[in-house]
Amino acid sequence: MAGFWVGTAPLVAAGRRGRWPPQQLMLSAALRTLKHVLYYSRQCLMVSRNLGSVGYDPNEKTFDKILVANRGEIACRVIRTCKKMGIKTVAIHSDVDASSVHVKMADEAVCVGPAPTSKSYLNMDAIMEAIKKTRAQAVHPGYGFLSENKEFARCLAAEDVVFIGPDTHAIQAMGDKIESKLLAKKAEVNTIPGFDGVVKDAEEAVRIAREIDGVLLSLPRLECNGTISAHCNLCLPGSSDSPASASLVAGITGYPVMIKASAGGGGKGMRIAWDDEETRDGFRLSSQEAASSFGDDRLLIEKFIDNPRHIEIQVLGDKHGNALWLNERECSIQRRNQKVVEEAPSIFLDAETRRAMGEQAVALARAVKYSSAGTVEFLVDSKKNFYFLEMNTRLQVEHPVTECITGLDLVQEMIRVAKGYPLRHKQADIRINGWAVECRVYAEDPYKSFGLPSIGRLSQYQEPLHLPGVRVDSGIQPGSDISIYYDPMISKLITYGSDRTEALKRMADALDNYVIRGVTHNIALLREVIINSRFVKGDISTKFLSDVYPDGFKGHMLTKSEKNQLLAIASSLFVAFQLRAQHFQENSRMPVIKPDIANWELSVKLHDKVHTVVASNNGSVFSVEVDGSKLNVTSTWNLASPLLSVSVDGTQRTVQCLSREAGGNMSIQFLGTVATSSLSVEICLFWTFQVAEGQEICVIEAMKMQNSMTAGKTGTVKSVHCQAGDTVGEGDLLVELE
Amino acid sequence: MAAALRVAAVGARLSVLASGLRAAVRSLCSQATSVNERIENKRRTALLGGGQRRIDAQHKRGKLTARERISLLLDPGSFVESDMFVEHRCADFGMAADKNKFPGDSVVTGRGRINGRLVYVFSQDFTVFGGSLSGAHAQKICKIMDQAITVGAPVIGLNDSGGARIQEGVESLAGYADIFLRNVTASGVIPQISLIMGPCAGGAVYSPALTDFTFMVKDTSYLFITGPDVVKSVTNEDVTQEELGGAKTHTTMSGVAHRAFENDVDALCNLRDFFNYLPLSSQDPAPVRECHDPSDRLVPELDTIVPLESTKAYNMVDIIHSVVDEREFFEIMPNYAKNIIVGFARMNGRTVGIVGNQPKVASDSISFTPWNYARRQYRPYFAGCLDINSSVKGARFVRFCDAFNIPLITFVDVPGFLPGTAQEYGGIIRHGAKLLYAFAEATVPKVTVITRKAYGGAYDVMSSKHLCGDTNYAWPTAEIAVMGAKGAVEIIFKGHENVEAAQAEYIEKFANPFPAAVRGFVDDIIQPSSTRARICCDLDVLASKKVQRPWRKHANIPL
Repeated sequence: MAGFWVGTAPLVAAGRRGRWPPQQLMLSAALRTLKHVLYYSRQCLMVSRNLGSVGYDPNEKTFDKILVANRGEIACRVIRTCKKMGIKTVAIHSDVDASSVHVKMADEAVCVGPAPTSKSYLNMDAIMEAIKKTRAQAVHPGYGFLSENKEFARCLAAEDVVFIGPDTHAIQAMGDKIESKLLAKKAEVNTIPGFDGVVKDAEEAVRIAREIDGVLLSLPRLECNGTISAHCNLCLPGSSDSPASASLVAGITGYPVMIKASAGGGGKGMRIAWDDEETRDGFRLSSQEAASSFGDDRLLIEKFIDNPRHIEIQVLGDKHGNALWLNERECSIQRRNQKVVEEAPSIFLDAETRRAMGEQAVALARAVKYSSAGTVEFLVDSKKNFYFLEMNTRLQVEHPVTECITGLDLVQEMIRVAKGYPLRHKQADIRINGWAVECRVYAEDPYKSFGLPSIGRLSQYQEPLHLPGVRVDSGIQPGSDISIYYDPMISKLITYGSDRTEALKRMADALDNYVIRGVTHNIALLREVIINSRFVKGDISTKFLSDVYPDGFKGHMLTKSEKNQLLAIASSLFVAFQLRAQHFQENSRMPVIKPDIANWELSVKLHDKVHTVVASNNGSVFSVEVDGSKLNVTSTWNLASPLLSVSVDGTQRTVQCLSREAGGNMSIQFLGTVATSSLSVEICLFWTFQVAEGQEICVIEAMKMQNSMTAGKTGTVKSVHCQAGDTVGEGDLLVELE
Repeated sequence: MAAALRVAAVGARLSVLASGLRAAVRSLCSQATSVNERIENKRRTALLGGGQRRIDAQHKRGKLTARERISLLLDPGSFVESDMFVEHRCADFGMAADKNKFPGDSVVTGRGRINGRLVYVFSQDFTVFGGSLSGAHAQKICKIMDQAITVGAPVIGLNDSGGARIQEGVESLAGYADIFLRNVTASGVIPQISLIMGPCAGGAVYSPALTDFTFMVKDTSYLFITGPDVVKSVTNEDVTQEELGGAKTHTTMSGVAHRAFENDVDALCNLRDFFNYLPLSSQDPAPVRECHDPSDRLVPELDTIVPLESTKAYNMVDIIHSVVDEREFFEIMPNYAKNIIVGFARMNGRTVGIVGNQPKVASDSISFTPWNYARRQYRPYFAGCLDINSSVKGARFVRFCDAFNIPLITFVDVPGFLPGTAQEYGGIIRHGAKLLYAFAEATVPKVTVITRKAYGGAYDVMSSKHLCGDTNYAWPTAEIAVMGAKGAVEIIFKGHENVEAAQAEYIEKFANPFPAAVRGFVDDIIQPSSTRARICCDLDVLASKKVQRPWRKHANIPL
């Protein structure tokens, strides 16, 4: 692998940054037209430099051609490993994705329908047609879409096409939260106390919620469906109707409870309720969301473990009964039950707990004859008690952190196992080497409930691949559209280091060096999380974001010295622009007489406060006096580059100048955060009857997620500017409160 | 962490100016004391314009004084004033009284430098008789204009004047005419820029109208032939100053002004920025500024910018930003006739003029004509079309670039000229001819990129090969044809049964760059990502372009 990289790196450099002398330009431009597709695939190859240290054995024949039934970064990720293994690839795409990266990377591509996922990436008939047409021998489903669809797995089996994943039985067993919980119990895996049946309506939800208390309860009157009903009738002393039970309930109320979709995943259709009212609301919203996302509105309720960590174990099984656990991933930093920052290993687990969790996970995998890569999710409370949450029978989004610390290429292992080869590793071979952190970079506005999706076109895009220990899994390129049809994830940014400190330092640098223009992104939030003192100490839980930012995320709060640094950088940048404006190619007819200014006296307005700054320069070094304190700012002052690396009194900073107006307004990304410009539109929530603080005002559905907008303060609704079913944009006035 | 930073260097420049003047005053000490005292007194009075009270009133209106404006506009210490001692010569209506004499009268004139480059400036002083134009005032302006023409350097006028000095009668009118004459003489010789920073009414408006660019300051500047009172008495219309001739009216509806800025400081800073794009005179080549952006930079984001469906909109400004140096584009008339984009940018440091059709916007004149004012609607069919306003906007810009040796880069996505009675009655034939004329007449380097549609007569107009385009490129998404498939099929296959098949055949034949490429009407079909590199390279070669035209007194553009 290493040799391979040494070989291609200069090529990539030539393709991306090389300068052609003018006389060669015509020729090389034509050449570039031809090399166009190659250019992207090289870029992506470069991404995978940290991938799988375990080599690929060319004698081990797997498949000739694999169809990747997915899009975006995961499709690219799978195709990369296929290329490494010498397997031809087929991409599928919707109309709007015709020129996306995964299509360019694959050897063949088939259009499977229009933009909406239900008509393209979930369109089994069209995908089966594509498989037949391209004669693909196997299908890798990625994550999401059809990855955990047993129907799809069955269809493939009927056509003698290999599904790269576990067999149908395991998908079915683990795909249903109720059934999986019962199976886990049987395999002696710790589970969360809760009600293992399907909840019929909101009132029943409330009743169950009240009664859950550490032991499994059941309501005799409740109808449960299918195979599960048998397990539901574990009657406990005192039914819910009896007065004795009522008093029991009052004393040992089960709140808080978690309401979740039986078919769910990824935080969709999942809600926490702290009282009866919230249970009713939660039931309604979750069942709607479950119906729209999964076409299955069955819900279940279980005890909500307060302040838990979300830690999951990666498992890998083969068709010969072998199964391994590949250590854990800590995925506690979440918003709306969707992961944002993940790392491996977890700073919280000791070797003993790790082994106990790993062994239970493997036990569960064996119990369902699991034969692929999968993930067993646990909730871990502060006393290191862990409870089985669910098992994901697919490749997880956050699998790269496990690959970094174990050195395995999970996609490669999945393909091998699917072909029927036994695992190449023993449990003892699996170690933890170093530390890896993954940030999910989303096109969303972190200042609005930690991330409201945004859409747009990436007018500029540059991944921080020039830094050491950085891996970027992405499926986009400059000019790509983040559309309303699909997940707003831009990329997964992974950094790897010998220890956690190094990995986090590299992450901060990588985030500073990431250029994303044209869409709102969450880099500010990610960067704040990874430098937060609680996070650095490892004191995290799934409630981290709401605990640390109770009033919502507000961006980085500058310290005095950081503010001075920013003012010094901004002033130097301003002067650098002013000086450059005087550099003309000399015209002999009329000489340019540059003004001689020794000291630039500037007044800089930052956060409505005016600061006095005096700047002077000597070559590339600026001496800046900010409100009385002196700083030296050094840089190459390349004013065309989106990234500006500066050194302020020896402290290295990377800033991005996002916009600059002749009138003096500048916006600079410094320590991840960018100020909203003076023209930013305020989002106001207003209505015509009294609403209590925290009361739900309206529900906005975006990116298939229902986001409930609640009143920030008690007030009277003045007017409503939208109707149910309207499409609303960012900054649109919905409801007015007074 | 970031922030909207506002950096202003007002104070520094003012103090430098004042100290320079003091030094000048001291140097005269060898002369007789009484004369010296008188000189110093006059200078001191001149610096105060109409007096502190009027200066305060000017500030209260959110406006800077004439001298403050000059000090912000020019490099610190570079202003050399002329005619500081000139006074008006009117003796009627008590004007001869000492209290009605102000050294320098109601305008400050002189020369200075912007980023080291010479410029002549006049700045009308509203604190002296409301900036009204006297014979002396006009004479001062004419003097610097004459010198600017002989030296070959631009003139910038900062207009803030109530109008003619009524006490002077015809002398004031003569003054206007003297200025108009020089505006016309200077036209095409040196760039002339007007920045309207206060009222500008009556005959006075024609001086800015004759200059190359007119900029305005929002909320404090007005341009009209007659004010709201006269309008009321003549046409019985109730209209405010702002509605009649404010910055918004002139930058969106009338097209009189080219851009509006937030306030005096913003306007002057932007003017400095803008000035850097311009050559000093028609004898000079387009300026080349230091550039950090590699000329061979590939722009991969352009490969996917044109949507697959040919009726879907995209933003041509995105293409311009991606291609030019450092994404810097100084757009001219951004809010008027938005279906065409014009403005200045740099390629490898050299100033270029950009003209582009805007597929995101249909004609805005559809909504402004009285015939169908109520029926304003977006019709994608017309997106990026040429209409009366866009033709005139484009033509004037192209002629400016041609006059001042600024190469033209044209991005074409045009479905044709806008049809309809409104356009025909308004004279689209006459106005459309202006753009055609301007492109055909232009002898500066002309590079054209057809990004998508180039239909019909509009294809010819948009700097086509046939109008002596030097380099004409087509992107793979280009469709060069007489009209769109639907219209064409209705004519060619009239009465034909299988319309869809016919359309498909037409699309296969014409909705691609090949018909034009095989005839040599485009020089190459290029990958969009290489556009910047190709244009930069072409401009280097074309820098020495020379064209001889037959002698004539002057050409006769269809006005």
